[in-house]
Amino acid sequence: MVAKELLRVEDLYVMYKTDMEEVHAVNGISFTIREQETLGLVGETGAGKTSTALAILRLLPDRTGRIPSGNIWFQGKNILEMDHEELRRLRGGDIAMIFQDPMTSLNPVIPVGQQIAEALLLHNEEGLTREQIEDRVDEILELVGIPSSRKNEYPHQFSGGMKQRVVIAIALSCNPRLLIADEPTTALDVTIQAQVLALINELKEKLKTAVLMITHDLGIIAETCDKVAVMYAGEIIEYGTVEDIFEADKHHPYTIGLFGAIPKIHEETDRLEQIEGLMPDPTDLPPGCKFHPRCKHCMPVCREKEPPVFQEGDHLLKCHLFGNSSGCERNGTSCLSL
Amino acid sequence: MSEPLIKTVHLKKYFETSRGLLHAVDDVNISIFPGRTLGVVGESGCGKSTLGRLLLRLIEPTSGQIFFEGEDIVQYGGIKLRDLRKKMQIIFQDPYSSLDPRMTVSEIISEPLIVTKTVTGKKAIAEETARLMEVVGLAERLVNAYPHELDGGRRQRIGVARALAVKPKFIVCDEPVSALDVSIQAQILNLLMDLQRDMGLTYMFITHDLSVVKHISHDIVVMYLGQNVEIASSSELFRKPLHPYTQALLASIPLPKVNRGKIKRDVIRGELSSPIDPKPGCRFAPRCPEKRDDCVGQDIPLIEYSPNHFVSCVKYM
Repeated sequence: MVAKELLRVEDLYVMYKTDMEEVHAVNGISFTIREQETLGLVGETGAGKTSTALAILRLLPDRTGRIPSGNIWFQGKNILEMDHEELRRLRGGDIAMIFQDPMTSLNPVIPVGQQIAEALLLHNEEGLTREQIEDRVDEILELVGIPSSRKNEYPHQFSGGMKQRVVIAIALSCNPRLLIADEPTTALDVTIQAQVLALINELKEKLKTAVLMITHDLGIIAETCDKVAVMYAGEIIEYGTVEDIFEADKHHPYTIGLFGAIPKIHEETDRLEQIEGLMPDPTDLPPGCKFHPRCKHCMPVCREKEPPVFQEGDHLLKCHLFGNSSGCERNGTSCLSL
Repeated sequence: MSEPLIKTVHLKKYFETSRGLLHAVDDVNISIFPGRTLGVVGESGCGKSTLGRLLLRLIEPTSGQIFFEGEDIVQYGGIKLRDLRKKMQIIFQDPYSSLDPRMTVSEIISEPLIVTKTVTGKKAIAEETARLMEVVGLAERLVNAYPHELDGGRRQRIGVARALAVKPKFIVCDEPVSALDVSIQAQILNLLMDLQRDMGLTYMFITHDLSVVKHISHDIVVMYLGQNVEIASSSELFRKPLHPYTQALLASIPLPKVNRGKIKRDVIRGELSSPIDPKPGCRFAPRCPEKRDDCVGQDIPLIEYSPNHFVSCVKYM
């Protein structure tokens, strides 16, 4: 049985516009998340991961952030056409977000219990009384592994890992259908990271929440996700199930570069494969394939034409190397099986 | 084996705080041999950066000895200390805050040359700066660029060039790649390894990233709350981790491999306890899945369990 579609992003563009320049952060991406599914968004700094997340919640900065085109459908409604009231119900209610840095996403002068209660009060559609809300706060704190006796303490009295648990508690307090986790463990130590990831995995099973997991760490993707989208310069250049991304034999050259660049724990490697060069400047993106200046397999067509999407089952690849795109034959090189 | 280049004996650094003595580095005994890399790994607050700064005499130890080429350098002062500084350098974690924003690339790289008088004469300095930039892979046209014009990877290359300027024997690399993206991280790690091969450098590589430390180190010391809990060669440590903390660390790394059915990893419970006035005994005991009664109350010595594999845990005593 295929689960119901929860979120569908269609050809989304995000742009930041200042007097000086236009930053093309997200350039026409599309993906869907089904109920209870976890989609991983992986890429390096500046790939457009966070801009995508902010666009979904309509949290882009007022003055500069624009969504020139695209649609974001959530449970059949277009988020881009919602009014203020609908957005208020959506944010923190149906879609919740965990930010990267737990140190700065909590209010330092309000006890953590009150910060959880705030979310419940603002989304109090069931008409819970004050006592019921307090009970719910206790319950949710215990759920994320914090003794409810600590609810009157302030954020600075908690360690980094505990603060991130509080942030997760706030996010989950209103039973969201979709949880957006933006680098939820990047600021944490590895043993604490393992605890927090285990907690997110456990809670999403228990509460049947879909998750959009944003990370630069392929290990975290492998451990938490069902589907994966690899982003580069504002585009999804490869998409598929975790098996497609980690085990299939065809890959986008950038994905291969990413894997080559991580030191392996269980293998001996003398030298890391490095991707030469840098991410393109988002104010001045190259024509054709955005990866071509760094690509080992760059062909003339890559410099001119944007690559078509090659599909094999669920596995999507945006590269001239694949499929029957004219590039391969024209240049006399065979289509590489990467 | 040859003589170690750097050796510490019962090295301690306590910081006074209003709540008591903070044991940042507590009785650490390590040796680093010429041309090799010692990886120091541990979570935040375990004292790994303090250890690096102690070795360079950037902070003064509370007690203990540091031997560099066989001489105790703790008592060094004046000219002797200044000469020593030419032999030891450091590369910092954050390439954004460790470079002066008002100096150009060439000014940053040539400053140590001028200060230490390694090279004299304007022309010679300019030549040497150009050579250093080439060594670390910085394009010549960047010579008058300012740090803010460059990305993290290039900035970190400046940090490397600056450290190499005085032709040191020993470099402390304090999380040099933590602030970088993986593709850039690979470039810097490869550069550091090439430099070691070509110039016979000795590194102490401080990091919290276990896959990075395995890749670059010959030997690894695992630290927990100021103490070295396990020391072994890189391959031995990953093949046969002895200390329960090392085992927990290794089990905590998310692996980039599909693991359907997602086996629940043994996640260790709890968090670091306070490093202020710790009680005698194993500091990992409160989180340890194999805790016994004799873990607390007495200090656990570091013993040689098998040749060149040291561990401090009651299990192996």
